[in-house]
Amino acid sequence: MSTLGGYRSWQQRVGMVALWMLTVAVLLFLIVPLIVIIPLSFSSSAFLNYPIPSFSLRWYDEFFTSAEWIGAVKNTLIVGSLTAILATSLGTMAALGLNRNDLPFKKLMSLFFIAPLVVPIIVVAVGTYFFFAPLRLTGTFTGIILAHTAMAVPFVVITVGATVAGLDENLVRAGASLGAHPLRVFFKITLPIVWPGVLTGAVIAFATSLDEVVMILFLGGPEQNTVPRQMFNGLKYYLSPTITAAATVLILVSVLILALVGWLRQRVKRLQVREETA
Amino acid sequence: MAENADLVRQLRASNRKRRLVSLGLVAPLFLFLLFSFGFPIGTMLWRAVADEEVGRAFPQTVVALASWRGTEAPDEATFRTFVRELKEARANETLAPAARRLNYDVSGLRELLFRTARRSLAADLPSVKDALLKAEPAWGEIAYWGAIRNAAGPVSMFYMLAAIDMHIEPTGSISAKPEEASIFIGIFGRTFAMALIVTLLCVAIGFPVAYLLASLPKRLASALLLLVLVPFWTSLLVRTAAWVVLLQNNGIVNHVLVDLGIVSEPVPLIYNRFGVFVAMTHILLPYFILPLYSVMQGISPNYMKAAASLGATPLRSFVKVYLPQSAAGITAGCLLVFTVALGFYITPALVGGAADQMVSYYIAFYTNTSANWGLACALSVWLLVATFALYAVYSRLVGGSKGPLP
Repeated sequence: MSTLGGYRSWQQRVGMVALWMLTVAVLLFLIVPLIVIIPLSFSSSAFLNYPIPSFSLRWYDEFFTSAEWIGAVKNTLIVGSLTAILATSLGTMAALGLNRNDLPFKKLMSLFFIAPLVVPIIVVAVGTYFFFAPLRLTGTFTGIILAHTAMAVPFVVITVGATVAGLDENLVRAGASLGAHPLRVFFKITLPIVWPGVLTGAVIAFATSLDEVVMILFLGGPEQNTVPRQMFNGLKYYLSPTITAAATVLILVSVLILALVGWLRQRVKRLQVREETA
Repeated sequence: MAENADLVRQLRASNRKRRLVSLGLVAPLFLFLLFSFGFPIGTMLWRAVADEEVGRAFPQTVVALASWRGTEAPDEATFRTFVRELKEARANETLAPAARRLNYDVSGLRELLFRTARRSLAADLPSVKDALLKAEPAWGEIAYWGAIRNAAGPVSMFYMLAAIDMHIEPTGSISAKPEEASIFIGIFGRTFAMALIVTLLCVAIGFPVAYLLASLPKRLASALLLLVLVPFWTSLLVRTAAWVVLLQNNGIVNHVLVDLGIVSEPVPLIYNRFGVFVAMTHILLPYFILPLYSVMQGISPNYMKAAASLGATPLRSFVKVYLPQSAAGITAGCLLVFTVALGFYITPALVGGAADQMVSYYIAFYTNTSANWGLACALSVWLLVATFALYAVYSRLVGGSKGPLP
């Protein structure tokens, strides 16, 4: 440990070894369960166990060809992308509005926009179910997309808000003073600067929808089967190895999302550094 | 001067326009969230206190009972009104929902109401009260009349109180239900206890990890941090599925334990409290490590060096210097984990047994299975109250934007 300089007693060394061992154990605890199920998805056996008798792609075949799973994947992608689009448009506009210092009730507004993050999902799900039922929005894609957007939009407000906070207002003023229409200013000046934040928000909004199952369980009809719902039912009633194939695909997706968000964060950081040095 | 006034006017106009633009930018999201978040929460709050069925079925009986003292059976006039309205309620189909609602309060009342409604007592009897008491002696019980009086509506605290095992007596006073009829205090207690244990587990195994990672060179720390971030970004269902696969009776962990000779036959690791704790800790641990790591990264090593150079033992300087500086991160991480854990539903539902379900499970149960919607909403309100209280503490401690939640 650098904090204690060069001279270390044996107690410290023992402590250091113990700390490392504990940390490694905890990190293994976090990652091993995810790694363990990946090879199982390539097993030819229906038993989810080791040793794997022989490798096969039969579970992937089932995942990518069965009507149930294909339908679920399609629904998940539709709901996820529409949620991302809706949440990103609404959230970006709101973040730009919150960044302006002449907005009345600013504090209250931002609290309201963040609130869906704080309220337990089950509570929102119950309320949404009772509010949507008489409006005939339960059992519809519209209803689920509206509900998912409400859950995802705080992330967009936060990520875009963090990026526009570093935006130089003078650039926007310059554009406006040269007679550009506000929309033109947005697409020509603001968006080219803050897009990493906007895209981060969109990705997180998509990921939120991708991971969401409680709302689907309350609002979804038979038509609205998504991958998480299919997995939930599978885990509840019959643990098929196809679930491990689905899980492997989802792990891959989350690694991609993580990489994308990490890359975007670098862009945001670079933007902020440039702002500070400018 | 005139020019000046003109300028002021222009400035005002432009300010007004700017303000309108700002409002116009947040308005779409505001209206959207009002519809798909605000109104749902409002509906939930309303349903937790709405109590309309009985007043609708027996509009005048509840008025007559309003002045009733609740110590003995009501008077002849009330009986007469009640019998008349019972007949009407049966005819206009308001009886069934009212009977259902009343049965939530006093069980057996639903049956009694239907049975009484089927006996059409003649309206011109000298004493309806005597006739009814003779036919159905149960109507002498004040508990039944109390239930009707207390359900007069249109709003009441019935469900909110029922959700914490309390009820309103016929006399109007509020009391706790007898122990054998108490369910929800136990469920809330279990929910809090489970969330607390998961939080403590996260502290116990998360603190050393954050501490070591914060003291490592940046490059190595970032690499190791990936092992926290990948699970954090992985779908909750994938992580739960992984634990189901691992912990099953003929699952991998049991195989290893048997092969190593640690146990002679598979031990139940799942569909019990153990499985829930393992899976919940796995899911929530990144919520604790990540904010704590970022706080610890900001702690300058110079303070520890100063303490060491002043002769403090490593343990003493850790407790006196390092811990106080990381305290805010620990508290914030704890509150975050605890708050999220309180609302857990999917994981306990999939890896827990019947005795390991948390309050969310019962909210879902009363919504989807038992259709006692008032109770489902009341449980939601209490869960919401607990969450908001914790969030208030959290935002006071974290003070704005430093935490992972604003």
